[in-house]
Parts: sequence; structure tokens; C-alpha cells
Amino acid sequence: MDAMAAVKQTFFQECEEQLAELETGLLAMERGEAESDTVNAVFRAVHSIKGGAGAFSLEGLVQFAHVFETTLDHVRNGALEPTADVMAVMLRAADLLADLVAAARDGHTVDSGRSEVLVGELTALSPGGAEAEAEEEDDMSDFSFTPVTVAFDFSDAPVDIGRSYTITFKPRPELYAKGNETVLVLRELERLGELEINCDASGLPSLAALDPEGAYLEWTIKLTTEKGEDAIREVFEFVEWDSSLTIQAADAGSSDAEPGADSTEDAFAALLRSIQGDEAAQPATTAEIIPLPSAEEREAVAEVEAQPTKAAAARNSESGANANAGAPQTIRADLERVDRLIDLVGELVINQAMLSQRVMEAGHVPGSAVALGLDELEHLTREIQDCVMAIRAQAVKSVFQRIPRLVREVASMTGKQVRLITDGEGTEVDKTVIDRLNDPLTHMIRNAIDHGLEKPEVRIAAGKPAEGVVRLSAMHRSGRIVIEVADDGAGINRSRVKAIAVEKGLIAADAVLSDEEIDNLIFLPGFSTASEVSNISGRGVGMDVVKRSIQGLGGRLSITSRPGKGSTFTMSLPLTLAVLDGMVVTVADQTLVVPLTAIIETLQPKAADVHGLGGGSRVIAIRDAFTPLIDVGRELGFRNTATDPLAGVAILVETEGGRRSALLVDTIQGQRQVVIKSLESNYRHVPGIAAATILGDGRVALIIDVDTVIANSQSDATILEPVLAAAG
Amino acid sequence: MSATILTVDDSRTMREMLKLALTQAGYRVIQAEDGVHGLEVLKTETPRVIVTDINMPRMDGFGFIEHVRADDSYRGIPILVLTTESDAEKKDRARRAGATGWIIKPFDPAKLIDAIRRVSA
Repeated sequence: MDAMAAVKQTFFQECEEQLAELETGLLAMERGEAESDTVNAVFRAVHSIKGGAGAFSLEGLVQFAHVFETTLDHVRNGALEPTADVMAVMLRAADLLADLVAAARDGHTVDSGRSEVLVGELTALSPGGAEAEAEEEDDMSDFSFTPVTVAFDFSDAPVDIGRSYTITFKPRPELYAKGNETVLVLRELERLGELEINCDASGLPSLAALDPEGAYLEWTIKLTTEKGEDAIREVFEFVEWDSSLTIQAADAGSSDAEPGADSTEDAFAALLRSIQGDEAAQPATTAEIIPLPSAEEREAVAEVEAQPTKAAAARNSESGANANAGAPQTIRADLERVDRLIDLVGELVINQAMLSQRVMEAGHVPGSAVALGLDELEHLTREIQDCVMAIRAQAVKSVFQRIPRLVREVASMTGKQVRLITDGEGTEVDKTVIDRLNDPLTHMIRNAIDHGLEKPEVRIAAGKPAEGVVRLSAMHRSGRIVIEVADDGAGINRSRVKAIAVEKGLIAADAVLSDEEIDNLIFLPGFSTASEVSNISGRGVGMDVVKRSIQGLGGRLSITSRPGKGSTFTMSLPLTLAVLDGMVVTVADQTLVVPLTAIIETLQPKAADVHGLGGGSRVIAIRDAFTPLIDVGRELGFRNTATDPLAGVAILVETEGGRRSALLVDTIQGQRQVVIKSLESNYRHVPGIAAATILGDGRVALIIDVDTVIANSQSDATILEPVLAAAG
Repeated sequence: MSATILTVDDSRTMREMLKLALTQAGYRVIQAEDGVHGLEVLKTETPRVIVTDINMPRMDGFGFIEHVRADDSYRGIPILVLTTESDAEKKDRARRAGATGWIIKPFDPAKLIDAIRRVSA
């Protein structure tokens, strides 16, 4: 990637951050909580996007950002009141800006009609309306992105040769106070053509009276150049305000300048001679006199600066000693390096566990010096592991920030009024989890608004405020992250849910279910309460898809609902995908790990419950339901003959699809947290095996991929389905 | 040793872009994220030229320039402000705050180097 492409990548990353900031700020303004800092931050976000977009010539983005920025500026300087209507336009403008950024990044386009409409709405908000719009257009044409021709590029010079200019230049002290230098100006002029420099040092006082930072010299310069007056003006661009300057064109070739020093160096040599008297000149840098701006200058500065200075002072007093603390210091590190570190720490944990076991085997009793040292090592290793995991941890804020826009979209599509409350945005979780959180969360939010909340008139009839509330919160709970989406809608309509489940053949018509069981029916594959497939909650996919993707992350999803009060979906996820809570089991002398999240219960099969089916398949009756009993040893090819189910242990698991099966294993060793090692990257993909891990005794244990094991066993025995259906 | 330029800009994109242009021209670049940070950096570094953005959190470009100009130890350091062409008012304010010159955004790298040469020996 070349350097510019890398900067462009940074630009788009930064855009994401600024868009998030923009949205957060606009929402605060919408709630009327905006302080001037917020409004400034919002303005700055759009301004920055415009600036970067300009650098990459993303004109569509620049032009829209410019209009948006102009309107925001009116809010910032108080000319435009941020009413609800104004904020609605602003929020939509922010959405469009986000789309324009995405379009620029991905190289597609955004419907120009949409941006025209918003440009129209934004400019209409400007004080003066259409008039301002006309002005706006002028302003836009000013905002040119063609690179400015470099003035000193001789190849662009007009062909007419040698025109003379007489320039008089008398710097004021301010010129030097601002870091400008006459000599640099003269050097620049020299690049334009032939110079004749004459310095009038008659204003120079004696050294005793000399203010080292004063300005006493007047320069008369005769310049013969091929360049026009604009090029000369440009040289004086930075200094003309702090000097008296005249530029007069003379006839070509004429020379009426007084004879004098003919180069910058000579002029200075002459000057130096003139001021060097009996005393040596004091170096200017040690001078103690500070040049003050003239009274009127000072006043002008004071007037302009009064407002921001006050604001800054208020800000400082508010944050007190923390004023300088600012954002925490961060470093940006290559993700690969962090992953490598995590990997190594994983090895360290395994190694330490192995070492502990060996030491115990060698006969060191707990409490011995070696054992105590090992305890300390174990403690430190865990701590290192936690710290390293924390490097990858990110606040869920990055995911939560996308939600307000989603809520607005869904609310406007469904005609519902929704207020989103978020909580616990700072809760941290591993980056891999963050990256995969967006889709299920999006679905849950859509679901909460589309199915959970009632329409405003229904709410009012029920004695509730017209505006529904969706509360999104995140928290840490017992080593996992728990994310809740709660709505204050009507709650699950249980009779309806049950009727649908019966209608779709998911449960028997006479099934007796608890409220909780009914609520959980919505997670069954193929269940959808919407009578028509709505394009909001998904393309006919239901909560089963959400549940499956959460389970794919090693998570759990549950629901609680109270009629008339609303529903709460709770998803609980592991903080990292690098370690896994597993049940360690033995099958045909092999040690395997079953992910704990998939396990519902374990039980000892009884002879009366196990029934053989054709083709060697078996089912086990668990609480009146026939469940396929899968012989893991045979399924994975560890042995060819069937095991006696009565000698083993059945583990009741649930697939991501919600289907239940029982896995038959020989014995259970216990529960353990294991470090996940990819089998693909170390060996190759093995069907039925998700990954591997190394246990404390150094043995490699395979982690069972519950879903594939079940799927494979079913393709082995397709006859099972109709039998089961008949049995169920 | 190559001359050091301090760039003060809250935009990471802009900082990287400035750094790219300046390092390619042989300058050493040090960076600050806003005015407050810029003053912090100045305590340990003496750049040949400062290039600063105007609109920044915590302390904007105007405030930053005023602070620099108010401190004797930074006397004579040229300060260039980054501004957009339409910001005549900003240019004016920056000038009165003590800016040495300005660079029009979006900038042409050649133009940037040119402006730096124009204010530094």
C-alpha cells in the first residue's frame, strides 16, 4: 500500500469516529442537552470530514459536508435555533453524510436526488433562506479543489519577458513579532527575477536608542520579472498587513532606480555596517522588550477573542486540574502482534498447567516451597492472561453508536415513536466479539421496535405515553458480558404465539406449556409472529437466526416478558473467543471437550429410556421427548462398534438451530476453561471437530463441533426424522 | 540534522498527510493533537516552523498561537495556519493572533513546502 493509500485508509477510519461523534452530539442537541462544547464538536466532525475529503478530491462528499457545516455554523453562532424540526433535518443530514462516506470508501454512488433534497432543506434552514442559498453557491464555487498552481513554477510563466516593478516595503514591528523576516521576503522576490535593492536606513536610531525588535528600515526594490503582479503580491501575502507596501509597474526595460546595493546580501552588509558603531550589536534573541500591538490592533483582537476566551476559561474552571488530562494516551498496534501475544500467553498458561501437574506427580506436596512458587506462577500467569486479553478488549460503544440511527429508521418506517436509552457503553469485550455483535443486535433492536412497541394510538389507549422506550444496556456479569434489549411495549402475546406454534406444527395442539416455555417458542426455527413478512424485522428470518448467531459466539439468548409491560431480551456472551468453558469427557480413551454453552444437562441413561431404531440409530426418552442418542465414539470414527449406552453418560445438547440431541460419551472428567487452538492452522479441518486445546497434562484434546456431529449423524440416518415425528 | 516542523491538528488524516508531505521534503515532523498538546510538545522541542489547524478541541489554533506568541522563549518561531480558502475572516483572525502566514486547505504538497520555505531561513 502506498503512503497516500494508507492516509486515505486513516481518513475513512477517522470518518467513522467523526460520524459517531456527530451522531452522539446531534442526539444530545436534540434532547436539548447540548452545551457549546457539543455543538463545537459536532461542527468540527463535519469540518474534519470535509477537510479530509477535499484532500482526496471526493467532491460529492465535500460539497454536502460544506452545506451541512454552514448550517451547523448558524447553530453554533446562535443564528439558528436547534428546534426539533431543525434537528430532524440535521440527523437526516448526518445519515446522508455517513452514506456518502461509505459510498466514497466503497466506490459506489449515493442517489443524488437524496442529497439535493437535503441540501435544499439545510439551506432553507439558513437565516435568509433562498437568499443565503445563492450566497452559498458563491461560497461553494470559491471552494475550489483544483490544486493551485505553484507560483514559482517557471514553466508556467507567461512569455512576455522582463517587466519592471518598483516596490516600496516598510515593515512594522508586528511583522517581526509574528515570525516574519524581511530577508526571507527579499529572498523570495529574488526567485522571481532580477532585483535591485535599496535600503533606506535613515530612520535607524543610534544603537543606544535602538529597540531590537523595532522596525526602522524602508526598502525600495526594483524587480524585473516575467511574472505578473499577482506573483509579487503573493510573496508579500504574509507580510502586507504588517507593513506599508506599494507595487508599481514601470515600463519594460526602464531603470530609474537609484544606484545602490544590488543584492540582498550586499544590502544587509551595508545595513550591518551602518548600525555597528563603537558598541557591538546585541543579539535580538536576548532582548527583553516585547513589542506590543498598537492600541487599535489590541482592541480588535480583544473584541474578536472575548467570546472564545470566556468559553475556554469556563471550560477550564469546570474541569479544573483535569484540563490538561484530556483523552487517555493510546498506542495503535498491529492486530497481528496482539494476536501473537495472546497466542503465546495461551501457550504459557498451558505450559504452566503442565508444569504444576508434573510437580505434583513428582511428589511435591501442596505447601512445599516448590508448590508455593508454582502457585505464585499460576497467579501471575492468569494475571498476564487477563492483561493481554484486555488489550483486545473494546468498549461496546462502537457498536452501540450505530443503534440510534437504526432506531430512527425503524421508527419512521413503522410510524412508531421511540426513545432509545443506552447504558453501559463503556463495557469492554474482546474485539472478535464486538465485530460479530452488530448483526444480532441490529435484529434485536428492529424486533423490539417492530414487534415489541405498540403504535402511538395503541399506547395512548393503554394509558402509556405515546413514545415507546427501548433500553439497550451492557454490563459484565460473572465473567461474561450481558447485553439487554428491553422495550416497554405490549409484551409477548402468549395466546397468539402458542396458536402460531400449533399452526406451524411446532407444538402439539394440546401441549401444556409454562409462560416461559411459550415465550421461548419465538426462538424456534421458522417461527415468525408477523402475519405478513415485514421488511424491517428481516426477510422472514426470526429470532431463531439471532439465537443461532449468538450461540455461534458461545453466547446465550433468553427472554422475559410481562404482558402490557414489555419484553427484555438478554444476551450473554463470553468476554473472549480465545478461551472456552468446556466439559472434558472421555470417549474411547480419547479426551474431548464439549463446549459448555451447548450443554443443557447430563444424565445417566436408563435401559427403559433407550430405544433402538433401524440402521443402528438410537433415541433416548428425556422427559417424555424422544431425542436422538448420538454415539460420539462411532460418529468420530474412534471405534466401529456401538457402545453400551448404559455404561456411558448422555449429554443433552442443543444445536445452534435449537434442535436437541444427546451425545453419548464414556465418562465425564470435569469442567475446565481451555485455550482454543485452531486445528485448521495447525493441522487441517476435521469434520465434527471445531478446534483443539492442550490440557494440563500435555495431552491434546479435540473440541467437539456439536452442530456438525449432530448434522452428520442425521445424514447417516435420515430415516430417523419420520420416526421421531411419529414418536413426538 | 534536518529542520523540525511541529504540526498541530486534531484530524489524524490531516496529521498523516502533513507528515507525508513534510518528511518527503526532508523535514523531521513532530505532532500534536490540539493547542494544549501543542504547548506541551513545545516544552521539550523547538521546531523551526509550526503548522497549526484552527478548529480543534480543548484549545483552538487562535488560542494556541496567542499562547506561543505570549511566551518569550518561543519568540520568532514562524507559525503557519491551515485554513480553507473561503475563510478570509479566519485568516484575518489568525494574523491578528500572531500567525506568520497560512496554508490553504486542501493543500498541494508543493505549496505547503513553499510556504514553509517562505517563512524559514
